[in-house]
Amino acid sequence: MVQLKVNGTARQFDGDPEMPLLWYLRDLLELTGTKFGCGQGLCGACTVHVDGVATRSCLTSLQSAAGKSVLTIEGLSPAGTHPLQTAWKACAVPQCGYCQSGQIMQAAALLKEKPKPTDGDIDQAMQGNICRCGTYQRIRQAIKQAAGVKA
Amino acid sequence: MSQSMSPESIQVVSRRGFLGTIFSAGAFVLGAQLLPSEAQAAKLAADTAWHPGIWLGLEPDGTLIILAHRSEMGTGIRTVLPMVLADEMEADWKRVKIEQAIGDPKYGSQNTDGSCSIRDFIVTIREAGASARLMLERAAAEKWKVPASECKAVNHQIVHKSGKKLGYGELAALAALQPVPKSTELRLKSPSEFRYMGKGVPSTDLSDIVVGKGTFGMDARVPGMVYASIERSPVYGGRLKGHDDKAALAVKGVQQTVVIDGFKPPHAFQALGGVAVIADNTWSAMQGRKKLKVDWDLGANTSFDSEAYKKSLFETARKPQKQVRNIGDVDAAFAKADKIHEAEYYVPMLAHAAMEPPAAIAEVKDGKATVWTATQNPQAVQETVGAALGIPKENVICHVTLLGGGFGRKSKPDYAAEAAILSQKLNKPVKVVWSREEDIKFDFYHAVAAMHMKAATDAKGRPTAWLQRSVFPTIGSTFDASAEYGQEFEMGMGWVDLPYDIPNHRAENGPAKNHIRQGWMRAVANIYHAFAIHSFIDELAASAGRDRVEYLLDVIGTPKHLDLEAQGVKYWNNGKPIKEYPLDTGRLRNVIQVAADKSGWAKKKPTKGRALGIAAHRSFLAYVCAVVEVEVDDKGQVKIPRVDIAIDAGQIIDPDRVKAQLEGAAVFGTSIAMLGEITAANGQIQQSNFNNYRVARINEAPYVTHVHLIPSTAIPVGVGEPGVPPIAPAIANAIFAATGKRVRDLPIRKTKLV
Repeated sequence: MVQLKVNGTARQFDGDPEMPLLWYLRDLLELTGTKFGCGQGLCGACTVHVDGVATRSCLTSLQSAAGKSVLTIEGLSPAGTHPLQTAWKACAVPQCGYCQSGQIMQAAALLKEKPKPTDGDIDQAMQGNICRCGTYQRIRQAIKQAAGVKA
Repeated sequence: MSQSMSPESIQVVSRRGFLGTIFSAGAFVLGAQLLPSEAQAAKLAADTAWHPGIWLGLEPDGTLIILAHRSEMGTGIRTVLPMVLADEMEADWKRVKIEQAIGDPKYGSQNTDGSCSIRDFIVTIREAGASARLMLERAAAEKWKVPASECKAVNHQIVHKSGKKLGYGELAALAALQPVPKSTELRLKSPSEFRYMGKGVPSTDLSDIVVGKGTFGMDARVPGMVYASIERSPVYGGRLKGHDDKAALAVKGVQQTVVIDGFKPPHAFQALGGVAVIADNTWSAMQGRKKLKVDWDLGANTSFDSEAYKKSLFETARKPQKQVRNIGDVDAAFAKADKIHEAEYYVPMLAHAAMEPPAAIAEVKDGKATVWTATQNPQAVQETVGAALGIPKENVICHVTLLGGGFGRKSKPDYAAEAAILSQKLNKPVKVVWSREEDIKFDFYHAVAAMHMKAATDAKGRPTAWLQRSVFPTIGSTFDASAEYGQEFEMGMGWVDLPYDIPNHRAENGPAKNHIRQGWMRAVANIYHAFAIHSFIDELAASAGRDRVEYLLDVIGTPKHLDLEAQGVKYWNNGKPIKEYPLDTGRLRNVIQVAADKSGWAKKKPTKGRALGIAAHRSFLAYVCAVVEVEVDDKGQVKIPRVDIAIDAGQIIDPDRVKAQLEGAAVFGTSIAMLGEITAANGQIQQSNFNNYRVARINEAPYVTHVHLIPSTAIPVGVGEPGVPPIAPAIANAIFAATGKRVRDLPIRKTKLV
């Protein structure tokens, strides 16, 4: 039996403890904001926070999430008003939108650690998150806007 | 024939007949009938029936419901076409609700590819909006017993010249009783009256996406569904001999395995066939599949090897081939030329790799199928699923979700066929989920291509003769397994339409056998044709020691409309009449001048390790020039600090979405230029995921792309694809200017630059 918290709610899971957190969130909890992109930690679409740290949920077994607190895009801000979400809208970042949950969660972890990130910080933190539509320059712009640093 | 529909074909239709439950009982529902693409027009004429087209419904409370019949994969089209309708109707965007249409030929073509949503539907949609506006004005006039000419639509109200007003909702019932206006009665807005066109509105899905609520195909669910993961032949065309599923069935959550029969050539969009593992959830299905032991008869395509195939393509490209355009006498000009240049270019196979792997849900019950999927082409889902199940396509309902990228892959609904076949066998709803590995290994690949180029130049370095020969496996093989030559549409993508003013010119195309599923990918054959042509012209300019911009303008020559037909060339012009959509070298010259000017071309002279490169290409009826700045460090690492793109796509409907498409194209083009390559050995694809099929990441993408929109009143055309073709050659040209290294084989990462 695995016990964990998801977006503040206590959860119990008695299935295969090797199941990745990604599929638990998506298939069992129906929290489909966290996306499946590669299953190998190569694209970042499945990024969530585990105890505040940006984590690839596709490579995180439920066993290893036991006792921890998981935050997904659905829980980032109840009203969708996290500064990054606001900036994302203002900059019209998404094209298809599929990778954007992961991008926002990754960026949220970056801003917690580095509230005023440089271009180098952004490259470093965000290079694990692929956007095939190519919205990178607006992602950078939105992160800077949310952080209140000059573009 | 233009895309304009005849307004006489707009009808007030019965809600129940057409619209199901979308609209309430009191709504004014206007159905516009339209002519889709010319290709379909003939078919429609033969059917003698008009197909109902774009629909809008006005609720008594004033809510305007607009159906989006094209698929949303990131271009913004699901928002932009309804925006156009609302604008022309003089409706308030805040009162608009967008509903996604299911697949149905009554909407005309729903195949969202070829950059054609705007160009094929804008007139129709504007006329539908104008008709609704006029009917509302007439309804108010009737109610007030005044001449309609005294009533004017203003932001969701009809205003009488006396100042009295009625809301659209209040007029809905009466408007529905008005006769549909004749074409001569319609008045389209002038640009000064546009409320949204030319300005744009936020994407209707934006707020959902940033909170994780947008529903993609991968996110859809229906009660009682099971999950499937499918093992397919590692070689195209391989046949299942047998399988052992004992270990798979032992995986917790796995329910059973099901065999899907192999396809019958030509493969088209059929399910490839294989062994499906059915489970309680996605993870169990995938785990079970890994435990399958499957015995394949791999078949003849095990001979497919990318190294050997590349050699054979170039062997073909070095010999005379089928002529697709011929002006003057190239051979005579070569024979007497002082200076001859030759070069060969290569673009490998590429995978679409949309961020959302293919996924589909199907529920087959009582001889009918319902599908929920991320598809660019819901009518192809109807046809493919209908054929797979042996039921009429009319018995297939296709709900279109958001698409997590498409790029052409999701025009081909093999994954929906898989779900339907499984659901029919299991008698319950099935969700098929592809892994990234499946997506990379079982794509409809962008074709590998080899191009052989030869030119003679005069004393000023200007070409006096130009020969170009391309060889690639054709997309035609999707529908005709024996097809070996480029189709007219492939030849028409930057090959027979070379816009240079050269007295002796010949374009040829050679045959290539196909060993894999070929498919169209964003910008299609333009990708390799543009790479060869715009690299080669840069080589000629370099050899002449001339400024690239000045040289390009010289070789294009004086502005004119190219008349390819007069040269005996079969040229598709994206299915559009050349008179209405001319191949205008003046517009091409203009984007070159604008991109050069905005990028600071004249001032930024190349220095060691830092330079600009340029390429200009007309595709999908739009004119695009890219200037790319590269930095190459002493380790040969390439950075792209800046891209400037000038685009002339006619009238611009939503400037920010156009800019976004071009910014994205710069990144997509960077992936093609620098990183992407799919190869086969023993018939098997050697790449599997983003570790070995590389696409550009934030630190590899252009740091900033400036998009320069050419103001125009010309007919609007699409912008999803035309930004892509010039990027790779512009990058290669910049790298040459910065390093002296000419890269003719993509991806560039395989060449040591210093």
